[in-house]
Amino acid sequence: MSQNLRVKSSEFIDETNRISFKFDGKTYYGFKGDTLASALIANNVHLVGRSFKYHRPRGIMTSGSEEPNAIVQVNPNSNITEPNARATEIEIYEGLEASSQNCWPSVNFDIGGINNFLAPLFPAGFYYKTFMWPKSFWEKYEFFIRHSAGLGKSPNTRDPDIYDHRNIHCDVLVVGAGISGILAAKNAAKNNFKTLLLDEKNELGGSTIFDGNEDNKINHNSAAEWLKKEINELKNIKNLEIKTRTSVAAYHQYNYLLARENLTDHLVKKDKKNKIRQRLLKIRAKKVILATGALERPLVFNNNDRPGIMLSSAIKKYSNFYGVACGTKNIFFTNNDSAYESALSLHNKGIKVEAIIDIRENSDAKIIKKINDAGIKIYWAHTIVDTRGYKRLSGVSIMKLSNDGTSVTGSKISISCNCLGIAGGWTPAVHLYTQSGSKLTFDEERKIFIPIADTKEQISVGSCGGDFELDEIIKNLNYKLKNFLNINKTDFEGITLENDHETSKRNIWLLPSDQTIGKTKPFVDYQNDATAKDIKLALREGFRSIEHVKRYTTTGMGTDQGKLGNMHALGIIADTAGVKMGELGTTTFRPPYTPLTFGTIVGRNVGEFFDTFRRTPMNDWHIKNKAKFENVGQWKRSWYYPKEGETMHQAVQRESKAARKSAGILDASTLGKIDIQGSDASEFLNRVYTNAWSKLAIGKCRYGLMLNEDGMVYDDGVTTRLGENHYIMTTTTGGAANVLGKLEDYLQTEWPELDVYLTSVTDHFATASLCGPNSKKILNKIIPDLDLSDDNFPHMSFKEVLIDKIKCRIMRISFTGELSYEINAPASYGEAIWQKCIEAGKEFNITPYGTETMHLLRAEKGFIIVGQDTDGTMTPIDLQMDWIVSKKKYDFIGKRSLYRSDTMREDRKQLVGLLTEDPNIVLEEGAQIVSELNQKPVEMLGHVTSSYFSPNLNKSIALAVVKDGKNMMGRKLFVPMENKNISVTVANTVFYDEKNERLNA
Amino acid sequence: MFLINCPYCGERDQQEFKAGGEAHIERPKQPTELSDDEWAEYLFMRKNIKGVQFERWNHAHGCRKWFNMARDTSNDEIKAIYKMGEKPPTQ
Ligand SMILES: [Zn+2]
Repeated sequence: MSQNLRVKSSEFIDETNRISFKFDGKTYYGFKGDTLASALIANNVHLVGRSFKYHRPRGIMTSGSEEPNAIVQVNPNSNITEPNARATEIEIYEGLEASSQNCWPSVNFDIGGINNFLAPLFPAGFYYKTFMWPKSFWEKYEFFIRHSAGLGKSPNTRDPDIYDHRNIHCDVLVVGAGISGILAAKNAAKNNFKTLLLDEKNELGGSTIFDGNEDNKINHNSAAEWLKKEINELKNIKNLEIKTRTSVAAYHQYNYLLARENLTDHLVKKDKKNKIRQRLLKIRAKKVILATGALERPLVFNNNDRPGIMLSSAIKKYSNFYGVACGTKNIFFTNNDSAYESALSLHNKGIKVEAIIDIRENSDAKIIKKINDAGIKIYWAHTIVDTRGYKRLSGVSIMKLSNDGTSVTGSKISISCNCLGIAGGWTPAVHLYTQSGSKLTFDEERKIFIPIADTKEQISVGSCGGDFELDEIIKNLNYKLKNFLNINKTDFEGITLENDHETSKRNIWLLPSDQTIGKTKPFVDYQNDATAKDIKLALREGFRSIEHVKRYTTTGMGTDQGKLGNMHALGIIADTAGVKMGELGTTTFRPPYTPLTFGTIVGRNVGEFFDTFRRTPMNDWHIKNKAKFENVGQWKRSWYYPKEGETMHQAVQRESKAARKSAGILDASTLGKIDIQGSDASEFLNRVYTNAWSKLAIGKCRYGLMLNEDGMVYDDGVTTRLGENHYIMTTTTGGAANVLGKLEDYLQTEWPELDVYLTSVTDHFATASLCGPNSKKILNKIIPDLDLSDDNFPHMSFKEVLIDKIKCRIMRISFTGELSYEINAPASYGEAIWQKCIEAGKEFNITPYGTETMHLLRAEKGFIIVGQDTDGTMTPIDLQMDWIVSKKKYDFIGKRSLYRSDTMREDRKQLVGLLTEDPNIVLEEGAQIVSELNQKPVEMLGHVTSSYFSPNLNKSIALAVVKDGKNMMGRKLFVPMENKNISVTVANTVFYDEKNERLNA
Repeated sequence: MFLINCPYCGERDQQEFKAGGEAHIERPKQPTELSDDEWAEYLFMRKNIKGVQFERWNHAHGCRKWFNMARDTSNDEIKAIYKMGEKPPTQ
């Protein structure tokens, strides 16, 4: 297809480099330097999508990241397709494919378009209202809403691209490379500030370089030519890093900003390969200069959304920068002088401008004379009352505005056109400024929100700071930079400036029509299809706060965050409610300024880098021996070791029996280990555990329970006294880091007088836990010299020994109820010691077992697992562990809370055992427990916390927390499940070897 | 994301730190002497004010030291940082 709308060669477009691309399945051509939007317009394609609610045909409206309509799906036929990309930001490359979104079956014939005629059914708050209607109605709406709502389709396979993160520290960060940003960055860098300049576009210079207004002069040259020279000088400046295609997404406190650098999206497929696609820059800047510019406002009038209706400034950019005419018969509709510049640009390139419609009475700007000389008709004090054309604008109807601007008079004039440029004035882009936490003030005269004040760390320069005219911009920039950077002089001080000045102003937020508002469609938010009518309805229904109106009408809630329409929404609310806009405030702008890909956010932290894994020194042995692993926090722990053809259940039953019958071995290296030293170590343990520690003899071990200050169980483990002032504490695997943190907190903040030092030694030791009646024989083979008699090495004691010259600590402690020895070896010898145990144990059929068997064996003994049988609401009394709570100690963490009226209640949930009536049924962990089956609503008494089939008892066993459980011994209760009610009996928590005879077997 | 001046290490990014709630709530020396209400006051009641708030911070991924911070919750301005045991600034 021909590019019949190219009007001139542009220095920014490489016409020798022709590029083919597909849009909605059709092949088009553009040039290197085009965006998808400029290339489509060059091919006379304006219709690019359907609106969200009414499915009205929509066209390209802007030339930048504020685009509400031209939202496309990139690579629509690939399973790594990307939705919600803006055609105005996509640089075309050979092979690019894109398609319209939110239209079915096609953008030209859209079934949802019928919504346009059903519009009275979709008032403000439509979604809220459908939720409130009778339920039977909702089912009908749901089908409809699910099919029509939603923008784009998500990719359905893993993103193959590479993303990256980078930290940057700089003295001065400049956001935006328009004329203000360039001068600011240049002067900062020249004065020895390490400077970073970012711009979301691929070219520096902002709107000045394609300005085209010959009346804007710097040093008697056109402003554009002068700025190009300045840009050329940038590459010779040290201390200055420039990044284009980089948009700042978020501006957090303390000058911490996140920006997305786009590295390969504009490249052809083969050049993208193996390169980083996007990089998240995490910038900490000492000073930030915001030079983010301003966004042009549309005008709100009846049917202001047809394809071919665009921002006036966008038409200028397409013509001056891309060399593309947006229409062959153009009209401009304005409330200020800037539209005249756009009109003149087109006229000078031989593109027909039919008329300019200006809501003002007149203007005495110099440019008006040029328009008159060009023979372009100006309709002063007129407004557009309606537009025509379904898939493309074909004409407008205009009428004279009344003096107060609220109605129209006289006769209707019809003008045909295929492009309409609308110019509603300028909104400073203060989004990043407000994200940083800074406040705005409303300038009632100019109808703009502007930054309240600059600080030592941040300034806003150029149009984002409220300066719109060239001389004003440069003058204020010079003044602000000198103060901010504390320098005597800038390098642009004293340049001569000439430019036109705007004198005449008129602002009407909602332009009247000859039809009643009920019959019109004046769109405020294009992306979310919210009209001025919706806002007025919301006010009639009683909404007053801007934040409420926003949510009720969805104004400003699209992916563009209402960049175009927010001010009109505020203005219409203020006018309708009869308040001042400044009093209304504005809605909050939240990050990201423009959407970020998930890839950029996660960077390299995908796949195996998603989280850190911790592996024990015996990990290789476990892998070789076909262990299945489970994640416990960051640890990879052996879960069970299935033999050929074994299920998990079969493996666990075999391991459990072996551990009780002969010998088992568990890798317990993951248990947290804290080395405690100091002359007050015993006193410290007295304060942190519920039981007494002062009398623990050197070489002895003791189990301890740690509470939170609220009296609830926090952690447990065995602590061994290694010397007079030296202990080693073990914690649960998952609680290790938190326990250390909590203990350090008390030592540093509550008890700084204690002489105690804590060191985490979890990773210093590997732990092999030998268990079972034959464990003593195995240990004897390994250390024949050590007297293992109960007299010399009793239960709950410790020996330090040499195994093959390796110093090991052996604790005779048990978590299974069997005779057990925990051998702690230096981590680097862990696998060797483990191997030695396996060799020595061969004749006893030593069986390695994993966490599942460990859990089963301890449940047979009724030993709790903190975090499984407790949930932060269980006291030691609730756990029936009164024996471990010292009555004599004056104080310990959580003691006072055990005497609060609530913790002393008799009917708290308490830990009990449960036995099923049918011994073969294993309860589900988490299942609820009730006493009455026919009660409605039924009272939940508690839930199952641990449940297993015990091979050693040959029946199902469970632990549970049950309300008033202590007083329910022998009571029959029920566990109601989806298909059956399971009868259970409350029992003792200890199911196996209640007298602990096996510890000394 | 704050930039926090650890009194032991200097300026570091907020992600190295852990917030620890309101500062200057001393653990009672004789908890058993307290009524349920008095104990509950210590255990549960915390201020949540708009304005300058004194709070505890821990350089968890650094020197692991606890310290205090006076922070204006309305604009997140850090007014002062001082060591444990030191008195809060009066201004
Ligand atoms: Zn520190």
